[in-house]
Amino acid sequence: MKSYLSYFKLKFTIGLQYRAAALAGISTQIFFGLVYILVYVAFYESDATSIPMPLNELVSFLWLNQAFFALVYLWYKDKDIINLIKTGNIAYELCRPQDVYMMWASKIFGERLSNATLRFLPVIIIAMLLPAPFNLDLSITLPRFIIFIISFILSSLLMTFLVLLYHIICLFTLDEKGIVNIFMVVSDILSGLVLPIPFFPTFFQNIANILPFRYISDFPFRLYVGNIPLKEGVIGIVVQIIWMIILIIIGQILMKKALNKAVIQGG
Amino acid sequence: MSFIEVKNINKTFKVPEKEKGKLSVLKSFFNRKYKYIKAINNISFSIKKGEIVGYIGPNGAGKSTTIKILSGILVPDSGNVVIDKLVPYKNRREYVSNIGVVFGQRSQLWWDIPAIDSFNLLKDIYKIPDDKYNKNLNELIELLNLKDIINIPVRQLSLGSRMRCEIAASLLHSPKILFLDEPTIGLDAISKKIVRDFIKKLNKKNKVTVILTTHDMADIEALAKRIILIGKGEVLYDGTLSNLQKNYDYLRKIKVKTKDKIKIKRNYIVDEKNTKDGIEFTIDIRKVEISDFIKLLSSKISIIDIDIDSGNIDDLIVRLYEEYKI
Repeated sequence: MKSYLSYFKLKFTIGLQYRAAALAGISTQIFFGLVYILVYVAFYESDATSIPMPLNELVSFLWLNQAFFALVYLWYKDKDIINLIKTGNIAYELCRPQDVYMMWASKIFGERLSNATLRFLPVIIIAMLLPAPFNLDLSITLPRFIIFIISFILSSLLMTFLVLLYHIICLFTLDEKGIVNIFMVVSDILSGLVLPIPFFPTFFQNIANILPFRYISDFPFRLYVGNIPLKEGVIGIVVQIIWMIILIIIGQILMKKALNKAVIQGG
Repeated sequence: MSFIEVKNINKTFKVPEKEKGKLSVLKSFFNRKYKYIKAINNISFSIKKGEIVGYIGPNGAGKSTTIKILSGILVPDSGNVVIDKLVPYKNRREYVSNIGVVFGQRSQLWWDIPAIDSFNLLKDIYKIPDDKYNKNLNELIELLNLKDIINIPVRQLSLGSRMRCEIAASLLHSPKILFLDEPTIGLDAISKKIVRDFIKKLNKKNKVTVILTTHDMADIEALAKRIILIGKGEVLYDGTLSNLQKNYDYLRKIKVKTKDKIKIKRNYIVDEKNTKDGIEFTIDIRKVEISDFIKLLSSKISIIDIDIDSGNIDDLIVRLYEEYKI
């Protein structure tokens, strides 16, 4: 376990070196947060009869999405891992007395967490200081907060295993373009990051509820702002755990299959 | 049972084949044709503990593929490999903790950070105890002359410095077997010498078994008593280098600087060429002693200068490749 932790540590320290990238990330997140919120405010002002989610909850939900963007978005590609596959440097990974699946999971999680650590606080502070109705409201009850923390930890892990699965598919396609990109875009939509799930037509809402994607950002953040009742929150956590186990099993099987017929690129 | 036992291994790769002609790109988009390439064909050999073996062959002969199978990265289609009582590709995690691998064309060091940070990561990965790690690290720093380069981000190192760090990285966990896939590729003379001396010392002192592929025959001459020659995926020669030299290294080039012009016809002269300021003979030393030939030469012409090319191992390999048509 310690050896996987050190990948995580290393990725984390490397990630913290890139301060300019963090600054760019923060400004992007604030810009997108504002644009989204302005659109929804205009939408709510023109017709407030058929709203699926109160405006204050929605605004806080959007800000949480932006603040923790680095931990929840799904079209992420780990450059190191993709390069390992493309150049054949994966040969070295296989010479290590380690489980490649866990090794890659810790790399991805380490990088995403380091990105989020550098970015979330400024976004949250600025979002809280904005005038109503554009501001982030962080007030929450203690039981809700505890359930949120559990679901948020699980959602970060769920994100890691899902993103890792795309990288494992690259072991077969030997490239991240094409099918992997399609997967990434579809999962991004179904996660509710583009349009919050309550705005989906019922039919698509049902689909999104079955799949794992919405349990990564939609579920924990809507839980935080109070849009999801506590009882439903506990059920959601069970669903998160089930999906995590399923993703790990699929990932491990695919990984084993891929490595058995591995082709090392470039001689 | 030898330390390393390889029996009848085969490996075939499937590669997409490009068709020629109009619309071929479109055609291959819907119906891609594949070609099967036999990278390794029925290879067998065994290696004793503490041996240094040079594994040579032309580009695409299957050298790297063999190394990858031996180091547990690739799985052979058929055949058996047992190394130190383990099957590399079946007991991969257990097996690889006892081997070190250097791929000359690849890097295992992290690009953005100094080599020492990568070393520390490897310490955790291989679970090397502190005292053993410090001892190995200090030894490697001294032998490979790493003191000044270990704290510089890897991306700023020259190829030679990086390669020395790569080799150090593969040896931190004191492996029993070391696989070197073209370790001296692109290095200058000094770095090559450091690397060769180091490998020799390592083999002598720690009894590390070394398997080395290279295109630089000076590596082989300096390091390996035994060579395995493969071509088109098959073993063509397995034996000592000196034996090979006896059988294949019998041509000598003799350059004579002279103003005279003669033509000599003897059965041992393979080739005679007139150059700018003399003549160049190629003779077969199995049929004549060099001293006799020079005697004959000096009786016919006045020799200003003479240069005898003492058999080059590169030529030997070229001749060998030609003979086996690989």
